[in-house]
Amino acid sequence: MAGITPLLDHRLLFVTGKGGVGKTSVASAIGMLAAERGKRTLVCEVDAKGNLADFLGVGPLQFEATEVRKHLFAMSMDTEESLKEYLRIFLKVPFVSRMGTLAGAFDFIANAAPGVKEILTVGKLTYDVKEHHYDLVVVDASATGHVVGQLASPVAINELVKVGLVRNQTDWMIDILTDHTQTGVVVVTAPEEMPVSETLELIGRLGTETEIGLAAVVVNRVLPELFSGDDEAIFEQLRSGPPLDALTAQIGPGATDLLEAADLAVRLRRGRVSHLSRLRDGLPTGVDLLYLPYLFHRAHGVRATGRIAEELGSELGF
Amino acid sequence: MAKRPEVSSLAELCSSKEIIISTGSGGVGKTTTAAALGATAASELGIKVLVLTVDPAKRLASALGLQQFGNVETRVPDDAFAAAGQTPRGEMWAAMLDTKQSWDDLIRQHAPDATTRDTILANPLYQNITGKFIQSHDYVAMERLYEIHTSGKYDLIVVDTPPTRNALDFLDAPDRMADFFSSRLLRWLIAPYRSKMVNLASKPFYMVADRILGTQFLQDIAEFFILFQTMYDGFVERAQAVTSLMASQETSFVVVSTLEVAPSREAEFFLELLTERGYHVGALILNKVLPSYLREERGTKSARKLCDDSKATAEAVASAFGDADLVPRLDYMFREIGTSFLDYQVVARREAEQAALLGEAASLTRTVPYFDSDIYSLGGLLELGTKIWS
Repeated sequence: MAGITPLLDHRLLFVTGKGGVGKTSVASAIGMLAAERGKRTLVCEVDAKGNLADFLGVGPLQFEATEVRKHLFAMSMDTEESLKEYLRIFLKVPFVSRMGTLAGAFDFIANAAPGVKEILTVGKLTYDVKEHHYDLVVVDASATGHVVGQLASPVAINELVKVGLVRNQTDWMIDILTDHTQTGVVVVTAPEEMPVSETLELIGRLGTETEIGLAAVVVNRVLPELFSGDDEAIFEQLRSGPPLDALTAQIGPGATDLLEAADLAVRLRRGRVSHLSRLRDGLPTGVDLLYLPYLFHRAHGVRATGRIAEELGSELGF
Repeated sequence: MAKRPEVSSLAELCSSKEIIISTGSGGVGKTTTAAALGATAASELGIKVLVLTVDPAKRLASALGLQQFGNVETRVPDDAFAAAGQTPRGEMWAAMLDTKQSWDDLIRQHAPDATTRDTILANPLYQNITGKFIQSHDYVAMERLYEIHTSGKYDLIVVDTPPTRNALDFLDAPDRMADFFSSRLLRWLIAPYRSKMVNLASKPFYMVADRILGTQFLQDIAEFFILFQTMYDGFVERAQAVTSLMASQETSFVVVSTLEVAPSREAEFFLELLTERGYHVGALILNKVLPSYLREERGTKSARKLCDDSKATAEAVASAFGDADLVPRLDYMFREIGTSFLDYQVVARREAEQAALLGEAASLTRTVPYFDSDIYSLGGLLELGTKIWS
């Protein structure tokens, strides 16, 4: 079941989450942390939006993996390149570039046949795992709505394609994907309504529609707790009368703004607590739940990734 | 490109347009904004409004009376408005987009005969495409919008766009669909299946494809597309009509965003793109905007002082409380309060800069503050709508 294999001991991690929760930044941070701990790690971006490069502080990424820092490699998935690599390796098709119609034909097939783009993505990455090209492959995978389709593609193709080379190969892909000690899904979420609902829904679907394990749930952007329940009574009294006058005399007219802001911070955090408990209550037992703080000072870039990697490390007990 | 008259409020936008498309990246409140505009338009303008949504939060869906999935248009009961303290002058309707159902309807409508229709509906590839093919959501959303608009049942349709990977996708979907069916490649690929005279294995491409995918699969593809081609004219015609409706005077886009980095970038890109292509951008709506006092220098000074002199301040305030025992707790709280203010200030200032940048690209910008909790009642939607309405 989930949570038995420590996060970084997996060979293949699919990081997913609802758009906007920080999926890419968590995927980069996992990669960075694993690399720092000496693992030869690949981080692969599947939706070519180019954000992964930002989070790793490097220029545009290619299909060909490049070493972006010690032990850390990064690539951007390109299904057409993946097909070419496939043809080269398995069919020994030479001079692929001379197949003039390949690009067009590929585009057609990929659009016509559902699952083709997905299988080329999953296939390439599981192949890297199978051949031990890396110790750990971290995939910045599709968002929650589409990731099940991506992960289930080898099985779907297996059902559609009755014979042929692909049929044989989906077998080993499925073996790697369904081995919980090797492959796991990391769901990134935020303590808000839709991200929590989608997370719970996704975890349900992973269980019913695939045999792929859940490696961890990461709650991103958790706001700090300003003060405890006892302090709140004092805080309320601070907001008027002699205490407020005394405070203003000490620190100036900005005192009211500070109290207003503290009140806002408390309310924002409180609003999220109910979503957090809904998440905790809805998770199957034994799932690793990791918390990452909201970063006030930097929302993106390699420094933010470093901070998240640090926090993640301490959550994992390093 | 003819210059479009600009609108000065959402009230004006909702009265002058027939279709409003709410767009932006995931998680920024697109659906909530669309629903809030729809509810407010029904209640303020006394018109008949449909809110067409793709994937609403469950509680929002039930606030709109959408209990079942499917294409059924449901009227939001007047009772729900009454419970929110409103007597709507118009009617609010809501519908959820069911991709599979919409595709089936489309096939029924365009299929030349019953045999073609049934064969397509039963084809395993068709079922796979409609269920899982991501781009099919985009196409069918546009298609359904067109159909409802031409039915003339509503004064205003507010649509919430599907969660696309790329903001461009849904706009391009009708064109891509048309291109696809007219492509020479498609004809080339299925040619051998049309005529049994051609030996498949003689062509290198089929040889490769056959080795990879197997003959049965290729035949399934071919059957599907040969049948689909019989509906080609209908599809292309429809795709063109949908595209021109998007660009017409009746349609306007509302770009929704928060001021976080990634959604802002996407909103910026989308604003540019819409303008470039001559679509009407009605408004930019910024959600979850932090209050402006957070940016003021006045607070900065006080916060710094509070962090530096937390002990002395705690002593002074404790004596105002008349309780010297409070000093350590106040000391701790003051440091927290000071640091928290400075933290939020960094975010508020970064976001204000972002807002100014985005605002340049839109003629009308409305900001929505943080709400304590997510909006999931009609009352909440109306409250939000009223805040940005005039």
